[in-house]
Amino acid sequence: MIEFISQPWPWYVAGILIGLTVPTLLLLGNKSFGISSSLRHICAACIPAKIPFFQYDWKRESWNLFFVGGVLIGGFIAATFLTNPNDVVVAEKTHDQLFALGIKDFGGLMPEDLFSWESLATLRGLVFMVLGGFLVGFGTRYAGGCTSGHAIMGISNLQWPSVIATCCFMVGGFLMTWFGLPFLLNL
Amino acid sequence: MSKHTENLEQTGTACVNQSEITQPWYSNIKYAVVGILFGIVFVKAEIVSWFRIQEMFRLDSFHMYGVIGTAIAVGMLSLQIIKRKKIKSIDGEQIEVHDKKFDKGQIYGGLLFGFGWALTGACPGPLFAQIGAGFTVVIVTFLSAVFGTWVYGKYNDKLPH
Repeated sequence: MIEFISQPWPWYVAGILIGLTVPTLLLLGNKSFGISSSLRHICAACIPAKIPFFQYDWKRESWNLFFVGGVLIGGFIAATFLTNPNDVVVAEKTHDQLFALGIKDFGGLMPEDLFSWESLATLRGLVFMVLGGFLVGFGTRYAGGCTSGHAIMGISNLQWPSVIATCCFMVGGFLMTWFGLPFLLNL
Repeated sequence: MSKHTENLEQTGTACVNQSEITQPWYSNIKYAVVGILFGIVFVKAEIVSWFRIQEMFRLDSFHMYGVIGTAIAVGMLSLQIIKRKKIKSIDGEQIEVHDKKFDKGQIYGGLLFGFGWALTGACPGPLFAQIGAGFTVVIVTFLSAVFGTWVYGKYNDKLPH
């Protein structure tokens, strides 16, 4: 059993479990699945600075902060007690393309070359972590949701604005991967 | 719709809490439990992996498309059942999900988030799971994302919507 759990889980298992989060949150308390809102609640709680966008009762939304706190603990549990003994398998073409762009570490979930404290001292590290993070926070709020709120919750609820948002997420990702990364990985 | 929900919607959030019931803080522990299971799935299915996101954008693996596609199918089916059977929450409240209104933010913001997704290999959810999984440097990415949300909040009335 433990051996089965410690292998990487297939897409259909993950997809079903993530999909079930939608009815679970609704049944538990009429909550719509969405994660990027937590970033807004953190702003409203910690640095509201009299900005109207952050003037609301964030405590009423604290369920969302408990949820993301849980995600953090879940990440710890999975990485500590259910670790995959083998290297992450990266598709051959992606591996070769990234290798040609200068990525050397393919052992874990994230390449050490880009995501480490040492890398943070480099321009390349700053772009991938600091600029990347900024775009995630700014972009999701501007779009009104992220992969959970729009792609999964929104499309599940047949909302066409969410279909547009999801298409734009993908287009942005394709553009950055194919046109941005060859340049940015060589900084 | 409560005053609280109305305020939130006017200022343009997509993910609101439809519940009108005020509950003590410990009732939130159940959401933490759901979050824990969710975080485990994130790591075990390698959705938090920068490489998996790269495979997706390089059209080199079906994995992420399978995960998101299945999640949408399961979500859609469950929402249909909840709506048709008029199922109530465990507190006896009628379940309702609000519609999302279109504005240009979904295009501009969507593209910007897509850029960030390909750089960091993470949407907001996986950021939390990555930190929990021991990638402590992602705290920097996370703080930067909080700052990005704050900058949007400060200047949102000047941006095209």
